Amino acid sequence: MDKFTKVTGVATPLMRQNVDTDLIIRIERLVDNVTREGLGPYCFEQIRFKPDGSEDPDCIFNQEPYRDAPIILSRENFGCGSSREGAVWALKGMGIRTVIAPYFGDIFNNNCFQNGILPVALPIAEIEQLADEMKSSPGNARVTVDLENCTVVSPTGRVIPFQVDARRQHAMLNGLDDIAQTMSAKDKIEAWQTADKTARPWVWL
Amino acid sequence: MGKALFDKIWDGHVIADLGSGFILMHIDRLLLHDMSGGKALKEAIEKGYPPAQPRLTYGTPDHTMSTLPGRTEKTYAPGEPLILSMRETTSAYGIKLFDLGQDGQGIVHVMGPEQGLTLPGTTLVCGDSHTSTHGGMGALAFGIGSSELVHVIATQTMIQRKPKRLRASFEGALLPGVTAKDMILHLIGELGTAAGTGYSVEYAGSAVRSLSVEARLTLCNLTIEMGARTGMVAPDDTTYEYLAGRDYAPKGAMWDRAVAHWRTLPSDPDAEFDREHTIDMKNVAPQITWGTSPEHVIAVDRAIPDPSKGPEEKRGAWEAALKYQGLEPGKPIEGTHVDWVFIGSCTNSRISDLRAAAAIAKGRHKADHVTAWVVPGSVRIKQEAEAEGLDRVFLEAGFEWREPGCSMCLASNGERVPPGKRSVSTSNRNFVGRQGPGARTHLASPAMAAAAAIKGAIADVRKI
Repeated sequence: MDKFTKVTGVATPLMRQNVDTDLIIRIERLVDNVTREGLGPYCFEQIRFKPDGSEDPDCIFNQEPYRDAPIILSRENFGCGSSREGAVWALKGMGIRTVIAPYFGDIFNNNCFQNGILPVALPIAEIEQLADEMKSSPGNARVTVDLENCTVVSPTGRVIPFQVDARRQHAMLNGLDDIAQTMSAKDKIEAWQTADKTARPWVWL
Repeated sequence: MGKALFDKIWDGHVIADLGSGFILMHIDRLLLHDMSGGKALKEAIEKGYPPAQPRLTYGTPDHTMSTLPGRTEKTYAPGEPLILSMRETTSAYGIKLFDLGQDGQGIVHVMGPEQGLTLPGTTLVCGDSHTSTHGGMGALAFGIGSSELVHVIATQTMIQRKPKRLRASFEGALLPGVTAKDMILHLIGELGTAAGTGYSVEYAGSAVRSLSVEARLTLCNLTIEMGARTGMVAPDDTTYEYLAGRDYAPKGAMWDRAVAHWRTLPSDPDAEFDREHTIDMKNVAPQITWGTSPEHVIAVDRAIPDPSKGPEEKRGAWEAALKYQGLEPGKPIEGTHVDWVFIGSCTNSRISDLRAAAAIAKGRHKADHVTAWVVPGSVRIKQEAEAEGLDRVFLEAGFEWREPGCSMCLASNGERVPPGKRSVSTSNRNFVGRQGPGARTHLASPAMAAAAAIKGAIADVRKI
């Protein structure tokens, strides 16, 4: 897994509720022979581009200074809907490293941690203030997300703490692989399975 | 304190406590489909992890092929490599695949219960968010991402943190025209699309007990649209009657042993829940969504909501949804012109769904301007429907009768609603572009969808 320690950069206020994973990446892009790394250009294509394929200048992702921003600010329930991990790969391909929202879809949240993308949960009032600070100082405003200290630093220097599971924080800071860790418990898995074959033999086909 | 159904299954599957609230959980069933199945198997193998328990793993293609009568994997060319890769990888490791053209093929969440692979008290995962469907059998089932899928292939386990518990109780009898689809849409309308985030849901109450297993699968299917990964109904005699004799269900003395165990699973009377919500079935009417989130839902005899009169924090989203959907606030939703009707998906493609739609279509004809599709959930359902003559009913009513698959629910197979066209769909998501770029989706029950096809407009099934 990719490490995440700290990111400083422009934060894009995509202040919508329920940004679903269908909106982040259309399912056809995951059927077409596009590599994980190649999904960036299709991220949010339904709002970034007009039906004729040209950029929609009204979309914030097409405006300066947000074009290459590594941070997204959003409203409640970001990443709801489909389990497609392609949504996280597409965000990553677009250069996004962290998303700040009041809360996230559960499966999307898990998928982020598998890919070195940090979902940061903050109260909506804090996010609205971050968005205001970004907009009031276009070009110069930067947000910092620091996983080691679990803080977000706003463009005006306000330090906002956030919470993250200790296990996930450790895994992300160190780029640990879940499978390798689980494999180290192989004996326990086998012992559990042996006992279960006696307790619930009908499960074992 | 007593235990909830969820806790009983959860506690029974803990292999190890990993600290900070995480456990290592055993996974009893892994289901694969063509969107991610072949790719995940390949990735696991390339990383040096061959499938840990191929006999607990089952697959079927559903997402990426055409449902045109006579279709093969070549009919929708972009999906062919995914289907071939799934075929190749499952066959290499002895994983049972219910392949295209074979008995048993179908939408993965239809196939599991139909085959008796989904059992009460088991943990079941699949790389698809509607895996919650299997909870209708009393299984702890949830959708996972691709990386987690590789983890399960490699280890037959998952690293999980225990969610909170929400119990949704539906009390009373279902009113005429009301189905499980209306119950769950009504609940999402009341609680919102994120109420279940961080929760597992148990559906309870006299109305749920009265539902068939197929209806319970529909109820649990939309759990993820409320934000929860898993939703379940306690197993009971209805469950056992449904399951008995299915291909992979236990038989003979083993069946008796299994049922004895399953009877211990329902939540104890003093089980505690972090949140309780009760719905009086007197208040549940046939539902239809109006916007671009499943929480944008109303009874079919109501008016399209006015954002200026709604909650302030939802105003922007409601305005955007109405604009996308091309609807005017304050007008009755009934009578809204409809171009497409889709009856199918893991939500509503089972035999009882097709019977309900056929009962409306029988002896009538769709409106001329409507294209109406019926996509059965599996090969077996298709055969059963044909044996009953339902295919004739639909064809005579001007509907298309197609092959099993996900089809127009998510447009990953070339089957989509054209831009700007309005569809009434029995599927589970009305997101922007879900059924195709620019497509406008209204979610409803199979009978409501059939009624819309006949009237050529959103219609109240109770008036047909």
